[in-house]
Amino acid sequence: MSQQTDRAEQVKRLQRREGWRRRLPLVPALLFTIVVTQVPFILSLWYSLTEWKIVPPEPRNFIGFDNYVDLLDNRFFREAVWTSVWMTVSAVLLSLLLGTLLAILLDRKFFGQGFVRTLLITPFLIMPVVAGLVWKTQVFNSSFGVLNWLLDSLGFERIEFVTRWPLWSIVSVLVWQWTPFMMLIVLAGLQGQDQSVLEAARVDGASSRAMFFQITLPQLRPYLELGILLGSIYLIQVFDYVDVITGGGPDSTNVPYFVFQRSIGGGWQFGQASAYSIVVVIASIVIATFGLRVLSNLLEGEKP
Amino acid sequence: MEVGKKRAVSFLLGLLSWGVALVFFFPIFWMVLNGFKEEIDANTDPKLVFDPTFDRFDEVTSQTQGLLGFREAFMNSVWAVSISTILVLVLAVPAAYALAIRPVAKWRDVLFFFISTKFLPVVAAILPLWIIARELDLLNTRLVLIILYTAMNLPLAVWMLRSFFSEVPKELIEAAQIDGAKLRGQITSVILPIVAPGLAATALLCVIFAWNEFFLAVQLNPVDGSTIPIWVTSNVSTRGNFLAKLSAASTLATLPVVLAGWLAQKRMIRGLSMGAIK
Repeated sequence: MSQQTDRAEQVKRLQRREGWRRRLPLVPALLFTIVVTQVPFILSLWYSLTEWKIVPPEPRNFIGFDNYVDLLDNRFFREAVWTSVWMTVSAVLLSLLLGTLLAILLDRKFFGQGFVRTLLITPFLIMPVVAGLVWKTQVFNSSFGVLNWLLDSLGFERIEFVTRWPLWSIVSVLVWQWTPFMMLIVLAGLQGQDQSVLEAARVDGASSRAMFFQITLPQLRPYLELGILLGSIYLIQVFDYVDVITGGGPDSTNVPYFVFQRSIGGGWQFGQASAYSIVVVIASIVIATFGLRVLSNLLEGEKP
Repeated sequence: MEVGKKRAVSFLLGLLSWGVALVFFFPIFWMVLNGFKEEIDANTDPKLVFDPTFDRFDEVTSQTQGLLGFREAFMNSVWAVSISTILVLVLAVPAAYALAIRPVAKWRDVLFFFISTKFLPVVAAILPLWIIARELDLLNTRLVLIILYTAMNLPLAVWMLRSFFSEVPKELIEAAQIDGAKLRGQITSVILPIVAPGLAATALLCVIFAWNEFFLAVQLNPVDGSTIPIWVTSNVSTRGNFLAKLSAASTLATLPVVLAGWLAQKRMIRGLSMGAIK
């Protein structure tokens, strides 16, 4: 009797040991990630409930949710939220649309296909700061920009794009950089298609348009969703482009840039700025909830 | 007739692809070209024909007392990027092993936790990070960037490596076990050779993201320890013409990553889709 319980306990102990042996390799990465990403976030939550000016240093006061109440009345913050929404949504959708079209163009054999693909992905590799500066000074610029030279030679007025349409100037650069990314994802989807289904449809005499909308597009759906998810997560955090193209201002200050202006960029209002940044977190959680579902669909059925 | 028409359409579509690609590439071509111009040739209506010169490259790489020099920024970048990438791999390889080869019970949840930290915007962490870095005297040091770039790339690396590791056939590992290979032997003789290309692609993506990173660098290291992206912006001046100089600086700053990306483009797609898509 007691021998049996001993044995059962031994088995349990061995199992537990095996469990820990499996978990052990995970521990360093998990600990590091929790300390460096979760702890600051919790501190941010705490800061957002205080009134705290750093330069010149003032004592920190706990003020509850006052920062959040104030933020609803803050016109500049509301503008920054709208700028963020427009910037993210338009850049993601435009680059996804362009990227899909390009992927369809590239998903066929033609002379120099590999070279064309290489040219097309290059914008994505360019350092964001450089992309912003090159477009601002050499494409959009009213005196030396290529675009304005083109307008001029076609007989139109020169336009200072960046001051006239700050938001759309930034979105253009974002689309230029993210179209190749979307193209690569959609291309992977196109090339992973089940060829036998397409062949069967062709034999049945389906038109290529019907085949695209009824077979290809549904198969591409997870890829398009992945593109939207990754694009939104990165683009909602855009900072570099705003900094080098306009340096802030109406119609171009998004929430991350606004947080910077109100804190490290000179405002030094860490309490208030933290409350702003928490709003970005809430938006990200909304995207992530959608996103995690997409990802878990992709992982579904996959056994390690 | 039908075949001829099809061929013509196919030719036109090929031509269209070329046209779009050239338009997309044009700003980069233009940037490189402007780097070889005199300021006077760059600051005028676009010119294709000019006397090429390396002077701008000499100018931007020469040292000026008290200003952030190219060599200093380059070395800072190399340090931050290489050490953080090595750290990422050291942490991510065992984690991927525990998620794919001998998986823990709730491997899906753990994987989701890693990737969900990528959903947390950096801006929500920057203020506490700045305060902590200031308290620990880490502002304007390479170390703070090394730590943060490691954290920034770790989830991506875990995610990608798990997908590469899960492709190692279980039978091979079991066979090695039967042959009496210890854990180390299994890893070096069976697992590593199979995942090596994936490991390289992962490392490359970490390098690209860290090399191009600007937000954390400008907040935490604006003075000393500044990296290449900050050096590029320092070539914009409010006085005088700087277009050719800025182009030369931009070319130098982007060259390493563009070359690396070209070499690895086929594998990169997999990394960018975070290994979720095979």
